[in-house]
Amino acid sequence: MIEAQSVVKKIGDRTILKEISFSMEEGRMYGIIGPNGVGKSTLIRLLSGVDSPTSGEVTLEGKSAGAYGRKELAKWLAVLQQGGLGATGFTVREVIMMGRFPFQNWLGEEKRNVDALIDDALAAMGLSELQDRRIDELSGGERQRVALAKVMVQEPKLLLLDEPTTYLDIGYQVQLLDTVKSWQREKSMTVVAVLHDLNLAAHYCDELLVLHEGRVDAFGPPAKVVVPELIQRVFGARAVVLPHPATGVPQLLLQPGQPADSYYI
Amino acid sequence: MLLLAASIIISLSIGSSGLPLSDVWGILIHQLPWMDGGEGKWDPSSIAIVTELRLSRVLLAVLVGACLSLAGAGFQGVLRNPLADPFTLGVASGCSVGAAFLILFGFQTVIGIWSVPVVAFVTGIGALVIVFALARARGVMNIETLILSGVIVQAFLGAFVTFMVSLSQGVVNEIMFWLLGSLSARGWDHAGVVLPFLLVGFPILLRYAQPLNLFVFGERHAAHMGIHVERTKLIVLITATLLTAVAVSISGVVGFVGLVVPHMLRLMVGPDYRLLIPLSAIGGGIYLLWADTLARMALSPKEISLGVITALIGAPFFAYLLYRRKVLQGGSPS
Repeated sequence: MIEAQSVVKKIGDRTILKEISFSMEEGRMYGIIGPNGVGKSTLIRLLSGVDSPTSGEVTLEGKSAGAYGRKELAKWLAVLQQGGLGATGFTVREVIMMGRFPFQNWLGEEKRNVDALIDDALAAMGLSELQDRRIDELSGGERQRVALAKVMVQEPKLLLLDEPTTYLDIGYQVQLLDTVKSWQREKSMTVVAVLHDLNLAAHYCDELLVLHEGRVDAFGPPAKVVVPELIQRVFGARAVVLPHPATGVPQLLLQPGQPADSYYI
Repeated sequence: MLLLAASIIISLSIGSSGLPLSDVWGILIHQLPWMDGGEGKWDPSSIAIVTELRLSRVLLAVLVGACLSLAGAGFQGVLRNPLADPFTLGVASGCSVGAAFLILFGFQTVIGIWSVPVVAFVTGIGALVIVFALARARGVMNIETLILSGVIVQAFLGAFVTFMVSLSQGVVNEIMFWLLGSLSARGWDHAGVVLPFLLVGFPILLRYAQPLNLFVFGERHAAHMGIHVERTKLIVLITATLLTAVAVSISGVVGFVGLVVPHMLRLMVGPDYRLLIPLSAIGGGIYLLWADTLARMALSPKEISLGVITALIGAPFFAYLLYRRKVLQGGSPS
Protein backbone atom coordinates (compact mmCIF):
# COMPACT_ATOMS: atom_id res chain seq x y z
CA MET A 1 0.00 0.00 0.00
CA ILE A 2 2.53 2.56 1.18
CA GLU A 3 6.23 2.36 0.52
CA ALA A 4 8.71 4.99 1.70
CA GLN A 5 12.24 4.71 0.35
CA SER A 6 15.00 6.79 1.97
CA VAL A 7 12.71 9.80 2.21
CA VAL A 8 14.42 13.06 3.12
CA LYS A 9 12.47 16.27 3.69
CA LYS A 10 14.05 19.66 4.22
CA ILE A 11 12.07 22.76 5.09
CA GLY A 12 14.26 25.80 4.60
CA ASP A 13 17.70 24.67 5.71
CA ARG A 14 16.34 22.41 8.43
CA THR A 15 16.24 18.70 7.68
CA ILE A 16 13.00 17.43 9.20
CA LEU A 17 13.11 13.83 7.99
CA LYS A 18 16.45 12.07 7.46
CA GLU A 19 16.40 8.96 5.31
CA ILE A 20 13.12 7.35 6.31
CA SER A 21 12.19 3.98 4.89
CA PHE A 22 9.25 1.76 5.80
CA SER A 23 6.41 -0.09 4.20
CA MET A 24 2.79 -0.36 5.29
CA GLU A 25 0.38 -3.10 4.28
CA GLU A 26 -3.17 -2.85 3.12
CA GLY A 27 -6.04 -3.24 5.60
CA ARG A 28 -4.17 -2.39 8.78
CA MET A 29 -4.24 0.50 11.17
CA TYR A 30 -0.92 2.24 11.77
CA GLY A 31 -0.03 4.84 14.37
CA ILE A 32 2.73 7.42 14.00
CA ILE A 33 4.04 8.60 17.34
CA GLY A 34 6.90 10.77 18.47
CA PRO A 35 7.66 13.99 20.32
CA ASN A 36 6.38 17.40 19.14
CA GLY A 37 8.08 18.87 16.08
CA VAL A 38 9.63 15.58 14.99
CA GLY A 39 7.93 15.75 11.60
CA LYS A 40 4.85 13.58 12.06
CA SER A 41 2.60 16.01 10.21
CA THR A 42 5.30 16.49 7.58
CA LEU A 43 5.33 12.75 7.02
CA ILE A 44 1.53 12.69 6.67
CA ARG A 45 1.76 15.46 4.08
CA LEU A 46 4.29 13.44 2.09
CA LEU A 47 2.08 10.34 2.26
CA SER A 48 -0.91 12.35 1.05
CA GLY A 49 0.97 13.50 -2.03
CA VAL A 50 0.34 17.24 -1.52
CA ASP A 51 3.99 17.71 -0.65
CA SER A 52 6.92 15.92 -2.24
CA PRO A 53 10.10 14.70 -0.52
CA THR A 54 13.41 16.53 -1.04
CA SER A 55 14.89 13.18 -2.02
CA GLY A 56 13.72 9.60 -1.88
CA GLU A 57 10.28 8.45 -2.88
CA VAL A 58 6.85 7.69 -1.45
CA THR A 59 4.91 5.16 -3.49
CA LEU A 60 1.21 4.46 -3.04
CA GLU A 61 -0.03 1.22 -4.59
CA GLY A 62 3.15 0.93 -6.62
CA LYS A 63 3.05 4.43 -8.08
CA SER A 64 4.87 7.53 -6.87
CA ALA A 65 2.52 9.69 -4.77
CA GLY A 66 3.42 12.78 -6.78
CA ALA A 67 2.62 11.06 -10.08
CA TYR A 68 -1.10 10.75 -9.35
CA GLY A 69 -3.51 13.41 -10.54
CA ARG A 70 -4.92 15.28 -7.55
CA LYS A 71 -8.53 14.34 -8.17
CA GLU A 72 -7.59 10.76 -9.08
CA LEU A 73 -5.84 10.36 -5.74
CA ALA A 74 -8.68 11.99 -3.79
CA LYS A 75 -11.01 9.23 -5.02
CA TRP A 76 -9.34 6.71 -2.77
CA LEU A 77 -7.16 8.65 -0.34
CA ALA A 78 -8.75 10.85 2.31
CA VAL A 79 -7.06 13.07 4.86
CA LEU A 80 -8.47 14.32 8.13
CA GLN A 81 -6.23 17.18 9.06
CA GLN A 82 -5.21 18.66 12.33
CA GLY A 83 -7.30 21.58 13.55
CA GLY A 84 -10.64 20.46 12.17
CA LEU A 85 -13.05 22.60 10.20
CA GLY A 86 -13.12 26.37 10.36
CA ALA A 87 -16.24 28.43 10.91
CA THR A 88 -18.45 28.77 7.86
CA GLY A 89 -22.08 29.34 6.99
CA PHE A 90 -22.44 25.96 5.30
CA THR A 91 -24.71 23.44 7.00
CA VAL A 92 -23.49 20.10 8.31
CA ARG A 93 -25.10 18.23 5.45
CA GLU A 94 -23.64 20.55 2.82
CA VAL A 95 -20.16 20.13 4.25
CA ILE A 96 -20.42 16.34 4.33
CA MET A 97 -21.63 16.47 0.73
CA MET A 98 -18.37 18.27 -0.12
CA GLY A 99 -16.61 15.00 0.64
CA ARG A 100 -17.99 13.78 -2.68
CA PHE A 101 -16.10 16.49 -4.56
CA PRO A 102 -13.64 14.11 -6.28
CA PHE A 103 -16.57 12.29 -7.85
CA GLN A 104 -18.56 15.34 -8.90
CA ASN A 105 -18.70 17.34 -12.11
CA TRP A 106 -18.06 21.09 -12.06
CA LEU A 107 -21.59 21.82 -10.88
CA GLY A 108 -21.22 19.56 -7.88
CA GLU A 109 -23.44 16.80 -9.25
CA GLU A 110 -22.77 13.12 -9.72
CA LYS A 111 -24.65 10.30 -11.38
CA ARG A 112 -24.95 8.17 -8.29
CA ASN A 113 -27.57 9.08 -5.71
CA VAL A 114 -25.59 9.69 -2.56
CA ASP A 115 -28.38 10.62 -0.12
CA ALA A 116 -28.27 7.22 1.58
CA LEU A 117 -24.50 7.44 1.89
CA ILE A 118 -24.74 10.87 3.50
CA ASP A 119 -27.52 9.70 5.84
CA ASP A 120 -25.43 6.72 6.95
CA ALA A 121 -22.42 8.93 7.65
CA LEU A 122 -24.60 11.37 9.62
CA ALA A 123 -26.04 8.51 11.66
CA ALA A 124 -22.64 6.91 12.27
CA MET A 125 -21.29 10.15 13.72
CA GLY A 126 -24.48 10.93 15.65
CA LEU A 127 -25.10 14.05 13.60
CA SER A 128 -28.53 13.25 12.15
CA GLU A 129 -30.24 15.85 14.31
CA LEU A 130 -27.64 18.50 13.56
CA GLN A 131 -27.64 18.07 9.78
CA ASP A 132 -29.27 21.42 9.01
CA ARG A 133 -27.27 23.40 11.55
CA ARG A 134 -24.53 25.74 10.36
CA ILE A 135 -20.94 24.72 11.07
CA ASP A 136 -20.26 27.98 12.91
CA GLU A 137 -22.97 27.07 15.44
CA LEU A 138 -21.24 23.80 16.41
CA SER A 139 -18.69 23.05 19.12
CA GLY A 140 -15.15 21.96 18.29
CA GLY A 141 -15.98 18.33 19.04
CA GLU A 142 -19.07 18.38 16.84
CA ARG A 143 -17.07 19.94 14.02
CA GLN A 144 -14.49 17.17 14.29
CA ARG A 145 -17.28 14.60 13.92
CA VAL A 146 -18.53 16.46 10.83
CA ALA A 147 -14.99 16.35 9.43
CA LEU A 148 -14.85 12.58 9.97
CA ALA A 149 -18.28 12.07 8.40
CA LYS A 150 -17.03 14.07 5.43
CA VAL A 151 -14.04 11.76 4.86
CA MET A 152 -16.34 8.75 5.34
CA VAL A 153 -18.47 9.70 2.33
CA GLN A 154 -15.30 9.99 0.31
CA GLU A 155 -15.14 6.17 0.72
CA PRO A 156 -11.34 5.98 0.79
CA LYS A 157 -9.13 2.90 0.68
CA LEU A 158 -6.46 4.80 2.56
CA LEU A 159 -7.25 7.22 5.35
CA LEU A 160 -4.65 9.55 6.86
CA LEU A 161 -5.49 11.11 10.21
CA ASP A 162 -3.41 13.95 11.63
CA GLU A 163 -4.07 14.17 15.39
CA PRO A 164 -7.79 13.54 15.00
CA THR A 165 -8.51 13.69 18.72
CA THR A 166 -6.83 17.01 19.57
CA TYR A 167 -9.98 19.03 20.23
CA LEU A 168 -12.05 16.26 21.75
CA ASP A 169 -12.65 15.43 25.38
CA ILE A 170 -11.86 11.87 26.40
CA GLY A 171 -15.34 10.47 25.79
CA TYR A 172 -15.32 11.66 22.20
CA GLN A 173 -11.69 10.61 21.69
CA VAL A 174 -12.63 7.02 22.40
CA GLN A 175 -15.87 7.33 20.43
CA LEU A 176 -14.10 8.74 17.38
CA LEU A 177 -11.37 6.12 17.39
CA ASP A 178 -13.94 3.35 17.94
CA THR A 179 -15.82 4.59 14.87
CA VAL A 180 -12.65 4.75 12.78
CA LYS A 181 -11.60 1.29 13.93
CA SER A 182 -14.90 -0.43 13.18
CA TRP A 183 -15.14 1.37 9.85
CA GLN A 184 -11.58 0.30 9.04
CA ARG A 185 -12.36 -3.34 9.84
CA GLU A 186 -15.62 -3.33 7.93
CA LYS A 187 -14.11 -1.94 4.72
CA SER A 188 -10.62 -3.39 5.33
CA MET A 189 -9.32 0.12 4.85
CA THR A 190 -5.75 1.17 5.56
CA VAL A 191 -5.48 3.84 8.23
CA VAL A 192 -2.41 5.85 9.19
CA ALA A 193 -2.97 8.10 12.20
CA VAL A 194 -0.72 10.56 13.98
CA LEU A 195 -1.66 10.17 17.62
CA HIS A 196 -0.22 11.93 20.60
CA ASP A 197 -1.84 9.73 23.23
CA LEU A 198 0.34 6.62 23.41
CA ASN A 199 -2.21 4.66 25.40
CA LEU A 200 -4.91 5.21 22.80
CA ALA A 201 -2.42 4.50 20.01
CA ALA A 202 -1.51 1.18 21.65
CA HIS A 203 -5.17 0.23 21.82
CA TYR A 204 -6.28 1.03 18.31
CA CYS A 205 -3.24 0.53 16.10
CA ASP A 206 -1.94 -2.77 14.76
CA GLU A 207 1.53 -1.30 14.47
CA LEU A 208 3.25 1.82 15.72
CA LEU A 209 5.92 3.79 13.90
CA VAL A 210 8.07 5.86 16.24
CA LEU A 211 9.75 8.96 14.80
CA HIS A 212 12.72 10.32 16.70
CA GLU A 213 15.26 12.91 15.54
CA GLY A 214 14.10 12.63 11.95
CA ARG A 215 14.45 8.86 11.77
CA VAL A 216 12.33 5.78 12.36
CA ASP A 217 13.31 4.72 15.87
CA ALA A 218 11.04 1.70 16.06
CA PHE A 219 8.28 0.14 13.97
CA GLY A 220 6.23 -2.79 15.20
CA PRO A 221 3.28 -4.00 17.23
CA PRO A 222 2.48 -1.96 20.39
CA ALA A 223 3.73 -4.71 22.69
CA LYS A 224 7.21 -4.37 21.17
CA VAL A 225 7.22 -0.58 20.90
CA VAL A 226 5.63 0.67 24.10
CA VAL A 227 8.44 -0.21 26.47
CA PRO A 228 10.01 1.97 29.20
CA GLU A 229 13.45 2.19 27.48
CA LEU A 230 11.94 3.60 24.29
CA ILE A 231 9.75 6.08 26.16
CA GLN A 232 12.81 7.26 28.07
CA ARG A 233 14.94 7.53 24.90
CA VAL A 234 12.37 9.15 22.62
CA PHE A 235 10.28 11.27 24.95
CA GLY A 236 12.74 11.72 27.79
CA ALA A 237 10.10 10.64 30.29
CA ARG A 238 10.29 7.92 32.91
CA ALA A 239 7.38 5.57 32.70
CA VAL A 240 6.05 2.24 33.90
CA VAL A 241 4.35 0.01 31.35
CA LEU A 242 1.59 -2.31 32.53
CA PRO A 243 -0.82 -4.55 30.66
CA HIS A 244 -4.32 -3.10 30.58
CA PRO A 245 -6.40 -5.10 33.11
CA ALA A 246 -9.26 -5.63 30.65
CA THR A 247 -7.55 -5.88 27.26
CA GLY A 248 -3.96 -6.82 28.00
CA VAL A 249 -2.67 -4.03 25.74
CA PRO A 250 0.47 -2.31 27.11
CA GLN A 251 -0.42 0.93 28.86
CA LEU A 252 1.86 3.62 30.10
CA LEU A 253 1.95 5.22 33.51
CA LEU A 254 4.16 8.27 33.71
CA GLN A 255 6.52 8.51 36.63
CA PRO A 256 7.27 12.01 37.96
CA GLY A 257 10.95 12.86 38.43
CA GLN A 258 10.28 14.32 41.85
CA PRO A 259 8.16 11.83 43.77
CA ALA A 260 5.69 13.56 46.08
CA ASP A 261 6.58 12.26 49.52
CA SER A 262 3.05 12.41 50.75
CA TYR A 263 2.02 9.69 48.32
CA TYR A 264 4.23 7.22 50.16
CA ILE A 265 2.90 7.81 53.64
CA MET B 1 -33.45 38.33 -13.22
CA LEU B 2 -36.93 39.86 -13.05
CA LEU B 3 -35.64 42.47 -10.67
CA LEU B 4 -32.89 43.28 -13.15
CA ALA B 5 -35.41 43.69 -15.98
CA ALA B 6 -37.63 45.89 -13.85
CA SER B 7 -34.66 48.01 -12.79
CA ILE B 8 -33.60 48.47 -16.40
CA ILE B 9 -37.09 49.58 -17.37
CA ILE B 10 -37.44 52.06 -14.55
CA SER B 11 -33.97 53.45 -14.97
CA LEU B 12 -34.47 53.89 -18.72
CA SER B 13 -37.60 55.84 -18.09
CA ILE B 14 -36.11 58.52 -15.93
CA GLY B 15 -33.48 61.03 -16.94
CA SER B 16 -32.56 64.65 -16.70
CA SER B 17 -33.94 65.60 -20.11
CA GLY B 18 -37.48 65.22 -18.83
CA LEU B 19 -38.80 63.23 -21.77
CA PRO B 20 -42.27 61.85 -21.08
CA LEU B 21 -42.53 58.11 -20.45
CA SER B 22 -44.65 57.45 -23.50
CA ASP B 23 -42.00 59.00 -25.74
CA VAL B 24 -39.14 57.00 -24.22
CA TRP B 25 -40.93 53.74 -24.77
CA GLY B 26 -42.33 54.72 -28.11
CA ILE B 27 -38.82 55.44 -29.33
CA LEU B 28 -37.44 52.24 -27.89
CA ILE B 29 -40.13 50.07 -29.40
CA HIS B 30 -39.56 51.66 -32.77
CA GLN B 31 -35.89 50.73 -32.58
CA LEU B 32 -36.74 47.04 -32.77
CA PRO B 33 -35.35 45.64 -36.03
CA TRP B 34 -38.68 45.16 -37.76
CA MET B 35 -39.89 48.68 -36.91
CA ASP B 36 -39.21 51.81 -38.90
CA GLY B 37 -36.87 53.51 -36.38
CA GLY B 38 -39.46 56.11 -35.48
CA GLU B 39 -37.95 58.90 -37.58
CA GLY B 40 -40.35 61.75 -38.19
CA LYS B 41 -42.51 60.72 -35.25
CA TRP B 42 -40.14 62.08 -32.64
CA ASP B 43 -37.59 64.77 -32.88
CA PRO B 44 -34.12 63.31 -33.67
CA SER B 45 -32.55 64.70 -30.51
CA SER B 46 -35.03 62.79 -28.35
CA ILE B 47 -34.28 59.63 -30.26
CA ALA B 48 -30.58 60.24 -29.74
CA ILE B 49 -31.02 60.81 -26.03
CA VAL B 50 -32.84 57.55 -25.59
CA THR B 51 -30.81 55.29 -27.87
CA GLU B 52 -27.38 56.86 -27.79
CA LEU B 53 -27.25 58.07 -24.24
CA ARG B 54 -29.71 56.47 -21.96
CA LEU B 55 -29.95 52.91 -23.26
CA SER B 56 -26.21 52.50 -23.62
CA ARG B 57 -25.58 53.95 -20.22
CA VAL B 58 -28.08 51.67 -18.53
CA LEU B 59 -26.55 48.61 -20.15
CA LEU B 60 -23.07 49.80 -19.29
CA ALA B 61 -24.02 50.22 -15.63
CA VAL B 62 -25.34 46.67 -15.59
CA LEU B 63 -22.21 45.27 -17.26
CA VAL B 64 -19.73 47.18 -15.10
CA GLY B 65 -21.65 46.25 -11.96
CA ALA B 66 -21.62 42.59 -12.96
CA CYS B 67 -17.84 42.69 -13.60
CA LEU B 68 -17.03 44.33 -10.28
CA SER B 69 -19.27 42.03 -8.23
CA LEU B 70 -17.91 38.92 -9.90
CA ALA B 71 -14.38 40.13 -9.28
CA GLY B 72 -15.24 40.76 -5.62
CA ALA B 73 -16.79 37.32 -5.18
CA GLY B 74 -13.75 35.73 -6.84
CA PHE B 75 -11.26 37.58 -4.64
CA GLN B 76 -13.21 36.77 -1.48
CA GLY B 77 -13.42 33.11 -2.37
CA VAL B 78 -9.86 32.47 -3.34
CA LEU B 79 -8.27 34.62 -0.63
CA ARG B 80 -10.78 33.42 1.96
CA ASN B 81 -10.98 37.05 2.94
CA PRO B 82 -14.43 38.54 3.55
CA LEU B 83 -13.05 42.08 3.24
CA ALA B 84 -11.50 41.60 -0.20
CA ASP B 85 -12.83 43.50 -3.19
CA PRO B 86 -11.19 45.08 -6.25
CA PHE B 87 -11.16 48.43 -4.46
CA THR B 88 -9.94 47.41 -1.00
CA LEU B 89 -7.21 45.22 -2.52
CA GLY B 90 -5.86 48.17 -4.52
CA VAL B 91 -6.38 46.29 -7.79
CA ALA B 92 -8.86 48.85 -9.07
CA SER B 93 -6.35 51.65 -8.44
CA GLY B 94 -3.67 49.60 -10.13
CA CYS B 95 -5.86 49.22 -13.18
CA SER B 96 -6.70 52.93 -13.17
CA VAL B 97 -3.00 53.85 -13.35
CA GLY B 98 -2.62 51.96 -16.61
CA ALA B 99 -5.92 53.10 -18.06
CA ALA B 100 -5.45 56.74 -17.04
CA PHE B 101 -1.95 56.80 -18.46
CA LEU B 102 -3.11 55.65 -21.89
CA ILE B 103 -6.18 57.83 -22.03
CA LEU B 104 -4.67 61.01 -20.65
CA PHE B 105 -1.67 60.90 -22.94
CA GLY B 106 -3.58 59.81 -25.99
CA PHE B 107 -2.18 56.30 -26.47
CA GLN B 108 -5.50 54.56 -26.09
CA THR B 109 -5.46 52.91 -29.50
CA VAL B 110 -1.81 51.79 -29.79
CA ILE B 111 -2.83 48.16 -29.96
CA GLY B 112 -6.42 48.52 -31.05
CA ILE B 113 -9.58 48.96 -29.01
CA TRP B 114 -8.35 46.53 -26.35
CA SER B 115 -5.35 48.69 -25.43
CA VAL B 116 -6.89 50.28 -22.38
CA PRO B 117 -8.28 47.13 -20.73
CA VAL B 118 -5.13 45.16 -21.52
CA VAL B 119 -2.76 47.74 -20.07
CA ALA B 120 -5.12 48.25 -17.11
CA PHE B 121 -4.98 44.49 -16.56
CA VAL B 122 -1.18 44.48 -16.55
CA THR B 123 -0.93 47.32 -14.03
CA GLY B 124 -3.75 45.74 -11.99
CA ILE B 125 -1.81 42.48 -11.71
CA GLY B 126 1.24 44.54 -10.79
CA ALA B 127 -0.68 46.19 -7.96
CA LEU B 128 -1.94 42.80 -6.75
CA VAL B 129 1.59 41.39 -6.69
CA ILE B 130 2.82 44.37 -4.67
CA VAL B 131 -0.09 44.06 -2.22
CA PHE B 132 0.60 40.34 -1.72
CA ALA B 133 4.31 40.99 -1.23
CA LEU B 134 3.54 43.64 1.40
CA ALA B 135 1.01 41.47 3.20
CA ARG B 136 2.88 38.19 3.28
CA ALA B 137 4.93 37.52 6.35
CA ARG B 138 6.59 34.12 6.63
CA GLY B 139 4.20 32.64 4.13
CA VAL B 140 1.05 33.60 6.01
CA MET B 141 -1.37 36.27 4.88
CA ASN B 142 -3.39 37.85 7.62
CA ILE B 143 -6.81 39.11 6.55
CA GLU B 144 -6.48 42.60 8.01
CA THR B 145 -2.85 43.01 6.89
CA LEU B 146 -3.83 42.19 3.34
CA ILE B 147 -6.50 44.87 3.33
CA LEU B 148 -4.17 47.36 4.99
CA SER B 149 -1.61 46.74 2.24
CA GLY B 150 -4.40 47.16 -0.31
CA VAL B 151 -5.37 50.52 1.13
CA ILE B 152 -1.74 51.70 1.18
CA VAL B 153 -1.23 50.74 -2.46
CA GLN B 154 -4.55 52.29 -3.36
CA ALA B 155 -3.65 55.61 -1.70
CA PHE B 156 -0.27 55.70 -3.43
CA LEU B 157 -1.61 54.82 -6.87
CA GLY B 158 -4.52 57.24 -6.45
CA ALA B 159 -1.99 60.02 -5.87
CA PHE B 160 -0.10 58.84 -8.90
CA VAL B 161 -3.21 59.04 -11.07
CA THR B 162 -3.93 62.56 -9.80
CA PHE B 163 -0.35 63.49 -10.63
CA MET B 164 -0.73 62.18 -14.17
CA VAL B 165 -3.96 64.06 -14.64
CA SER B 166 -2.23 67.24 -13.49
CA LEU B 167 0.55 66.71 -16.04
CA SER B 168 -1.87 66.25 -18.90
CA GLN B 169 -4.25 68.88 -20.17
CA GLY B 170 -7.02 67.31 -18.13
CA VAL B 171 -9.30 69.27 -15.90
CA VAL B 172 -10.28 68.70 -12.32
CA ASN B 173 -13.30 66.87 -13.59
CA GLU B 174 -11.08 64.12 -14.97
CA ILE B 175 -9.37 63.63 -11.65
CA MET B 176 -12.78 63.15 -10.11
CA PHE B 177 -13.58 60.67 -12.82
CA TRP B 178 -10.52 58.49 -12.20
CA LEU B 179 -10.68 58.59 -8.43
CA LEU B 180 -14.42 58.33 -7.91
CA GLY B 181 -15.67 56.74 -11.08
CA SER B 182 -18.48 57.75 -13.36
CA LEU B 183 -20.41 56.44 -16.31
CA SER B 184 -21.15 59.80 -17.86
CA ALA B 185 -20.21 60.30 -21.51
CA ARG B 186 -19.84 56.59 -22.14
CA GLY B 187 -21.54 55.01 -25.10
CA TRP B 188 -22.10 51.89 -27.12
CA ASP B 189 -18.43 51.32 -28.01
CA HIS B 190 -17.66 51.06 -24.33
CA ALA B 191 -20.39 48.50 -23.78
CA GLY B 192 -18.86 46.56 -26.65
CA VAL B 193 -15.53 46.52 -24.85
CA VAL B 194 -16.94 45.24 -21.56
CA LEU B 195 -19.23 42.53 -22.86
CA PRO B 196 -16.62 40.10 -24.30
CA PHE B 197 -14.63 40.21 -21.07
CA LEU B 198 -17.73 39.46 -19.06
CA LEU B 199 -18.68 36.63 -21.41
CA VAL B 200 -15.26 35.06 -20.89
CA GLY B 201 -14.80 35.82 -17.19
CA PHE B 202 -18.20 34.71 -15.98
CA PRO B 203 -18.06 31.07 -17.18
CA ILE B 204 -14.51 30.73 -15.87
CA LEU B 205 -15.54 31.83 -12.39
CA LEU B 206 -18.65 29.64 -12.53
CA ARG B 207 -16.46 26.68 -13.44
CA TYR B 208 -14.45 27.29 -10.27
CA ALA B 209 -17.47 27.86 -8.01
CA GLN B 210 -17.39 24.41 -6.42
CA PRO B 211 -13.59 24.48 -5.80
CA LEU B 212 -14.08 27.89 -4.15
CA ASN B 213 -16.60 26.27 -1.80
CA LEU B 214 -13.93 23.80 -0.73
CA PHE B 215 -11.46 26.63 -0.15
CA VAL B 216 -13.44 27.70 2.95
CA PHE B 217 -11.64 25.10 5.03
CA GLY B 218 -8.22 26.16 3.85
CA GLU B 219 -5.92 25.53 0.94
CA ARG B 220 -4.46 22.30 2.22
CA HIS B 221 -7.90 20.90 2.79
CA ALA B 222 -8.80 21.83 -0.77
CA ALA B 223 -5.65 20.07 -2.00
CA HIS B 224 -6.61 16.91 -0.11
CA MET B 225 -9.99 17.00 -1.81
CA GLY B 226 -8.34 16.82 -5.20
CA ILE B 227 -8.14 20.49 -6.15
CA HIS B 228 -5.10 21.97 -7.89
CA VAL B 229 -4.81 24.79 -5.39
CA GLU B 230 -2.17 26.92 -7.10
CA ARG B 231 -3.80 26.59 -10.50
CA THR B 232 -7.22 27.50 -9.12
CA LYS B 233 -5.84 30.51 -7.27
CA LEU B 234 -3.98 31.77 -10.31
CA ILE B 235 -6.92 31.41 -12.67
CA VAL B 236 -9.44 32.99 -10.32
CA LEU B 237 -7.14 35.90 -9.40
CA ILE B 238 -6.33 36.58 -13.05
CA THR B 239 -9.98 36.42 -14.07
CA ALA B 240 -11.05 38.70 -11.24
CA THR B 241 -8.30 41.18 -12.09
CA LEU B 242 -9.26 41.10 -15.76
CA LEU B 243 -12.88 41.88 -14.92
CA THR B 244 -11.74 44.70 -12.67
CA ALA B 245 -9.45 46.06 -15.39
CA VAL B 246 -12.16 46.27 -17.98
CA ALA B 247 -14.64 47.81 -15.53
CA VAL B 248 -12.09 50.40 -14.40
CA SER B 249 -11.06 51.34 -17.93
CA ILE B 250 -14.69 52.21 -18.63
CA SER B 251 -15.92 53.67 -15.39
CA GLY B 252 -12.89 54.72 -13.34
CA VAL B 253 -12.53 53.47 -9.79
CA VAL B 254 -15.99 52.70 -8.46
CA GLY B 255 -15.45 51.39 -4.95
CA PHE B 256 -16.97 48.70 -2.79
CA VAL B 257 -19.33 47.18 -5.36
CA GLY B 258 -17.57 43.82 -5.18
CA LEU B 259 -17.78 43.97 -1.40
CA VAL B 260 -21.41 44.95 -0.90
CA VAL B 261 -23.10 42.78 -3.51
CA PRO B 262 -21.66 39.31 -2.71
CA HIS B 263 -22.16 39.88 1.01
CA MET B 264 -25.77 40.96 0.60
CA LEU B 265 -26.32 37.83 -1.45
CA ARG B 266 -24.63 35.66 1.19
CA LEU B 267 -27.12 36.94 3.72
CA MET B 268 -29.93 35.94 1.37
CA VAL B 269 -28.83 32.62 -0.15
CA GLY B 270 -25.94 31.37 2.02
CA PRO B 271 -22.28 30.78 1.24
CA ASP B 272 -22.51 28.49 -1.80
CA TYR B 273 -20.46 29.96 -4.69
CA ARG B 274 -22.43 27.97 -7.22
CA LEU B 275 -25.29 30.34 -6.39
CA LEU B 276 -23.21 33.36 -5.43
CA ILE B 277 -21.32 33.66 -8.72
CA PRO B 278 -24.35 33.91 -11.05
CA LEU B 279 -26.31 35.97 -8.54
CA SER B 280 -23.36 38.34 -8.09
CA ALA B 281 -23.37 39.05 -11.81
CA ILE B 282 -27.09 39.85 -11.76
CA GLY B 283 -27.07 41.56 -8.37
CA GLY B 284 -24.04 43.65 -9.30
CA GLY B 285 -25.85 44.81 -12.40
CA ILE B 286 -28.93 45.83 -10.42
CA TYR B 287 -26.90 47.51 -7.68
CA LEU B 288 -24.73 49.60 -9.98
CA LEU B 289 -27.69 50.48 -12.18
CA TRP B 290 -29.51 51.96 -9.20
CA ALA B 291 -26.40 53.68 -7.95
CA ASP B 292 -25.88 55.21 -11.39
CA THR B 293 -29.52 56.23 -11.71
CA LEU B 294 -29.22 57.89 -8.33
CA ALA B 295 -26.01 59.59 -9.47
CA ARG B 296 -27.81 60.92 -12.54
CA MET B 297 -30.97 61.99 -10.81
CA ALA B 298 -30.24 63.07 -7.25
CA LEU B 299 -29.06 66.58 -8.13
CA SER B 300 -30.39 66.61 -11.68
CA PRO B 301 -29.35 68.11 -14.05
CA LYS B 302 -25.99 68.01 -12.26
CA GLU B 303 -24.37 64.60 -11.93
CA ILE B 304 -22.76 63.17 -8.85
CA SER B 305 -19.80 60.84 -9.33
CA LEU B 306 -20.92 57.24 -9.26
CA GLY B 307 -18.13 56.44 -6.81
CA VAL B 308 -19.63 58.89 -4.32
CA ILE B 309 -22.83 56.86 -4.19
CA THR B 310 -21.10 53.47 -3.93
CA ALA B 311 -18.70 54.76 -1.27
CA LEU B 312 -21.54 56.27 0.78
CA ILE B 313 -23.18 52.85 0.83
CA GLY B 314 -20.05 50.69 0.72
CA ALA B 315 -17.83 52.26 3.36
CA PRO B 316 -20.30 51.86 6.25
CA PHE B 317 -20.93 48.31 5.05
CA PHE B 318 -17.19 47.66 5.08
CA ALA B 319 -17.03 49.05 8.63
CA TYR B 320 -19.85 46.72 9.63
CA LEU B 321 -18.05 43.67 8.23
CA LEU B 322 -14.86 44.66 10.02
CA TYR B 323 -16.76 45.09 13.26
CA ARG B 324 -18.51 41.75 12.89
CA ARG B 325 -15.15 40.05 12.31
CA LYS B 326 -13.90 41.51 15.57
CA VAL B 327 -16.98 40.29 17.39
CA LEU B 328 -16.63 36.82 15.94
CA GLN B 329 -12.85 36.88 16.51
CA GLY B 330 -11.23 33.80 15.11
CA GLY B 331 -13.92 32.82 12.68
CA SER B 332 -14.42 34.38 9.29
CA PRO B 333 -17.95 35.65 8.78
CA SER B 334 -19.37 34.29 5.62
